[in-house]
Amino acid sequence: MTDLPASKVDLKAVLSTSARVDNSEGMSYLQSVPRRLVTLYLPLTIIVVVLLFPFYWMALTSVKPDDQLLDLDRFNPFWTWNPTFKHFHKLLFESYYPHWLWNTMYVAICATILSIIASVLAAYAIVRLRYKGANLVGGLIFLAYLVPPSILFIPLATVVFQYGLFDSPLALILTYPTILIPFSTWLLMGYFKTIPFELEECALIDGASRWQILIKIVLPLAIPGLISAFIFCFTLCWNEFIYALTFLQSTSNKTVPVAIVNEFVDGDIYRWGSLMAGALAGSLPLVILYAFFVEHYVSAMTGAVKE
Amino acid sequence: MADVAIPRAKPQMSEDNAWTRLKHNRNWLGFWFMVPAMAFLIFFLAYPLGLGIWLSFTDTRIGRVGHFVATENYEWLWDDSIFWLSVFNTLLYTFVASALKFAIGLYLALLLNENMPFKAMLRAMVLIPFIVPTVLSALAFWWIFDSQFSIISWSLKHLGLINQNINFLGDTTWARICVIFANIWRGVPFVAITLLAGLQTVSPSLYEAATLDGATRWQNFRFITYPLLTPIIAVVMTFSVLFTFTDFQLIWAMTRGGPVNATHLMATLSYQRAIIAGQLGEGAAISSAMIPFLLAAIMVSWFGLQRRKWQQGENND
Repeated sequence: MTDLPASKVDLKAVLSTSARVDNSEGMSYLQSVPRRLVTLYLPLTIIVVVLLFPFYWMALTSVKPDDQLLDLDRFNPFWTWNPTFKHFHKLLFESYYPHWLWNTMYVAICATILSIIASVLAAYAIVRLRYKGANLVGGLIFLAYLVPPSILFIPLATVVFQYGLFDSPLALILTYPTILIPFSTWLLMGYFKTIPFELEECALIDGASRWQILIKIVLPLAIPGLISAFIFCFTLCWNEFIYALTFLQSTSNKTVPVAIVNEFVDGDIYRWGSLMAGALAGSLPLVILYAFFVEHYVSAMTGAVKE
Repeated sequence: MADVAIPRAKPQMSEDNAWTRLKHNRNWLGFWFMVPAMAFLIFFLAYPLGLGIWLSFTDTRIGRVGHFVATENYEWLWDDSIFWLSVFNTLLYTFVASALKFAIGLYLALLLNENMPFKAMLRAMVLIPFIVPTVLSALAFWWIFDSQFSIISWSLKHLGLINQNINFLGDTTWARICVIFANIWRGVPFVAITLLAGLQTVSPSLYEAATLDGATRWQNFRFITYPLLTPIIAVVMTFSVLFTFTDFQLIWAMTRGGPVNATHLMATLSYQRAIIAGQLGEGAAISSAMIPFLLAAIMVSWFGLQRRKWQQGENND
């Protein structure tokens, strides 16, 4: 009973980043070192540098003094010897940025919790209650995953307006689950399928209700899956743009991505520093979260695709 | 041992009864469990989807209820050269970006599958562009592609390759290249990491056997890796095409459809017409026009997947 979750984590680790050290070594001895340098390390270095350069540039720009930002002749643009926190100071104390950060966090957490609750119930019902038509409903939920927000935002704007939710965070909290539920339901369905049936049968015999089984047996065993679903949904919420752009109007209600695009882009030629500082500060929470849960991210991504 | 087995045998008999007893209310139970998810999906997904199609047949504007105008919006769009330009842009953007994302993603997945030091850390770093919100990284690209202070122009000038700054986002061709590049940059990690997960399920003994038989590296890839990866490739590429086709935020943050509508996608055009200009009906018509393309993309990859399964003699499961 207690070693079950542990063994599941192991399985996932094998599946995702840590790889099969034992057999991937297999035939690499056939390649000489110079050959590996050219066919492996060189292209890999180029790709990784290209992938990470924009973040370096973002970070560098956000700490550069204004005069160095625009004077490319006197200063080497790839480095700065006198970093400044002026842009961050401006961001935190002279703009609504903390507000926006709070809005984004608030909307993301509420929408994620709502979606996870709805998805847990739906996934459990589809996988384990197997009511009539459960497979059909599972298929429909997968189809819902394929409906993109950019064809829904216009009618949703009218719906949001009708319900009087326009310009309130509630509009986002209620609409984001349409993106998150299909994804997390499919992810959790995969997890619930791996939990042995017998555990539930035993509990049923002992007189547990379905609700007790779900709360006391299935959920504790599916914690890795719940974490994956939670952080992935959170990331999707943070990343969402078009709904937030359409449904919110007043400056103080906006989320970080929308606010930065709309409020920071003025005619000021020196805007780049604070713009990049804003982008960096908006990305950092997700990158930190990611650093702690790499395995869960990967299993969330691949899990939803493999189903 | 025996007296342990006996008490276990008894509950197993009544266990069948417990299951059968639950059977008649299982459907109702299932229904109650489905209520929250279904409520969200019906009110905020299925209903708006239908409403969007209905709106496209009306002349609704912001703040005014519309009347049914049959296919007038579509007739109007049929003669609208900007709409056709956006269709062309969307197809070009989707096709080029998806093809390159696939090629580079597969290549990167193959590279990451090799054995090397710091493997786990490299894989974690590769995924970062996918984690950071698209708009925020698009802003970084906006700054990188700035017309006056672009770091790329600066580097090329110092290498002596060009004499004056490239107007990255002001020139129609360059603007298209830049947004496609940014899209590829953002999409490659997703493709690479999911394909990598697929690659790790391929047994290395297949490669060993093939190599003993004299297969080259290319043959290894073509006749072992590629066929075994096809199912996951089909799924990943369906998602990739779908999200590229309906892309909005990258374009909006970098060019807002400019210069001269050269980077307007159908999604950005529908936002401009519906929300900024207030013509909800026309905007809805543009976004409804995306549906046939999306269905076609889903069908192609779905049937591609089916055919592959049939060739391998598997059951459809």
